[in-house]
Amino acid sequence: MTGPFLDIDRIIGDRQTKIVICCGSGGVGKTTTSAALAVRAAEAGRAVVVLTIDPAKRLAQSLGLGELDNSPRPVRQLDTAAGGRLDAMMLDMKRTFDDVVISQSRPDKAAAILQNPFYEALSSSFSGTQEYMAMEKLGQLHAQGRWDLIVVDTPPARSALDFLDAPEHLSSLLDGRFLRLLLAPARGPLRLMSVGFNLVSSAMDKVLGGQVISDVKTFVTAFEALFGGFRTRAEQTLQLLSSSHTAFLVVATPQRDALREAAYFVDRLVEERMPFAGVVLNRVHSSSLDVSADRARALAEDLDPNESGLEIEALRRHAKLMRIIDVERRLIARFASNRPTIAETRIQALPTDVTDLESLRRVGASMAQPD
Amino acid sequence: MTGVRPPFGGPRHSLHIVSGKGGTGKTTVATALAYALATRGRRILVCEVEGRQGIAEVFGVAPLNGSEERRVTRTPAGGDVFGLAVDAEDALLEYLETFYHLGLAGRALDKFGAVDFATSIAPGLRDVLLTGKVYEAVRRKTRNRPNAYDAVVLDAPPTGRIAAFLNVHAAVSGLAKMGPIRGQADSIMQVLRSARTVVHFVTLLEDMPVSETEEAVAALRPTGIRVGTIVENMVSRMPLRPAELAAAAAGQVALNVPGWSMAQNAALAEEFAVEAAQAAEQQIRHDRLRTLGLPLAQLDFDPAGIDAAALVNVARQLGAQLDLEVGS
Repeated sequence: MTGPFLDIDRIIGDRQTKIVICCGSGGVGKTTTSAALAVRAAEAGRAVVVLTIDPAKRLAQSLGLGELDNSPRPVRQLDTAAGGRLDAMMLDMKRTFDDVVISQSRPDKAAAILQNPFYEALSSSFSGTQEYMAMEKLGQLHAQGRWDLIVVDTPPARSALDFLDAPEHLSSLLDGRFLRLLLAPARGPLRLMSVGFNLVSSAMDKVLGGQVISDVKTFVTAFEALFGGFRTRAEQTLQLLSSSHTAFLVVATPQRDALREAAYFVDRLVEERMPFAGVVLNRVHSSSLDVSADRARALAEDLDPNESGLEIEALRRHAKLMRIIDVERRLIARFASNRPTIAETRIQALPTDVTDLESLRRVGASMAQPD
Repeated sequence: MTGVRPPFGGPRHSLHIVSGKGGTGKTTVATALAYALATRGRRILVCEVEGRQGIAEVFGVAPLNGSEERRVTRTPAGGDVFGLAVDAEDALLEYLETFYHLGLAGRALDKFGAVDFATSIAPGLRDVLLTGKVYEAVRRKTRNRPNAYDAVVLDAPPTGRIAAFLNVHAAVSGLAKMGPIRGQADSIMQVLRSARTVVHFVTLLEDMPVSETEEAVAALRPTGIRVGTIVENMVSRMPLRPAELAAAAAGQVALNVPGWSMAQNAALAEEFAVEAAQAAEQQIRHDRLRTLGLPLAQLDFDPAGIDAAALVNVARQLGAQLDLEVGS
């Protein structure tokens, strides 16, 4: 153990913990980690909902759900002896966005927004939409008050903590001078800037074409009121996330790239004073056989291939495994030595894919155990 | 593999797009492919579009900024690899300057927040700008050579987004029915659909990455963009006969390393059973990928992870298996 132990059971057992957020780069097992945490918390007696973004179909099945749609579905076959329960849901960003538009505006205005080509693009493919909608959904789930713990599997962030930046990015877009000019080019003191604006406007016309500009104007006008509400709610959610009721976990695998990105996430969370709890190192290899790589290879060389073919292959595989363990150990040590106070826990590499509740339990147990 | 060797021994394709699920080694394969393509006298450009500075990291050089195309390595074979990290906002400003000579107005646009606004609110625009920059590099002419680069390798977005990213036509169709952006999208699409362009997918032999590869191949089909090679990364080979492998995977193999205790032999056998089971699973995924009818390449699992030395090793493996791509 290089850093202090990250006690998962203490975090999920603490009734004051209302939200656990798992972040990390793509492919490190965020979804599996979130699901395993949620299962463990629910079986320890908490009322849990896990909000996941784009899980593997087989994971949905492993939670006993044929399909995950935009609302929480109860997970069955859970051990409810401790009085807990678990719901799971997958974020559908377009539907979440549509629902907000419909619930927050007058019917005629909602219809106009939903049909605008820019809305179509914004709600289905804008790179930041998923983050906004994850925040929105998290706020909704929290407001419903049906669960005492929400576990969130964040979107595979392109640039680290996009979801933390989402409200601010939205605000900067809305408060931007450009938007104000676009909406009211000749009002008040802004008129002084209209020479500059004409230059800009004609440039935009040239590049995008006049029709596009007018579509944008229509869209922005219709959307203006809605944006305000979005921002307010996103800021409220962000406040909740910065409070002591939230625990951020950074998930990483013991590989160079993943650890580099994890370091970036950790630094960013600490810098932003978010309640960062620790690092979950996923898929860490281990061996119960105390024979070094060199020794195993030397033994394999001494054996007769005609008589001990399988032994030779097995020893070579063991040598390879020991090398992996060695490399992982060095990478983790380097990561930890730069951040000695960071708590960490490890999940042992499982021989097969995580595809059912039982293997999620194993992942959870491995995570909760100090090595 | 189909196709003829290109004239003058040039690379078969001038634009290689590399995608794959997160964590499969997309950036490694893209940079290694660029390295393999950089044979004697060739100039190869490798681009990234997600602001991760993966190229600089792999080659151990300072971060690539803005529109800078910097040489990141010279190969022992005598070729040069250049790196570029494309940024949408820089690309928009450059685009305005090139096509509209909007030097001053371009800067004004930036100051008014219009660039951020345009690339945020019109999502297709961002992708068109990113692919547009790559397109420009592919087509760029230069003195004394037919092309500025003999080939361009793009470290593209992951499988989940690749079809939407490359289908710039569809991306801008709702936004611009005509006009310059549409024209630009048309030209980009023409190059992407041409025989010069190919998309490679990197995958691990695990269920999820293989499923995503299958889905991405299907999603790309309607766009008319060609799929090249599926690169199976971190393949763990086990030279056993199928019956032996099955028995080992089932834990039915007793091992007897001379001089070892029973407990040690049992522990080794247990470890071996897990490895054999994994190898057997990998074989099933490999067979599944074979049904796609696309060329497959395999990269050995390197326990040491990726550094400069490992990159050369991956490049060598790719070069050997993609000889038609690399050309003579």
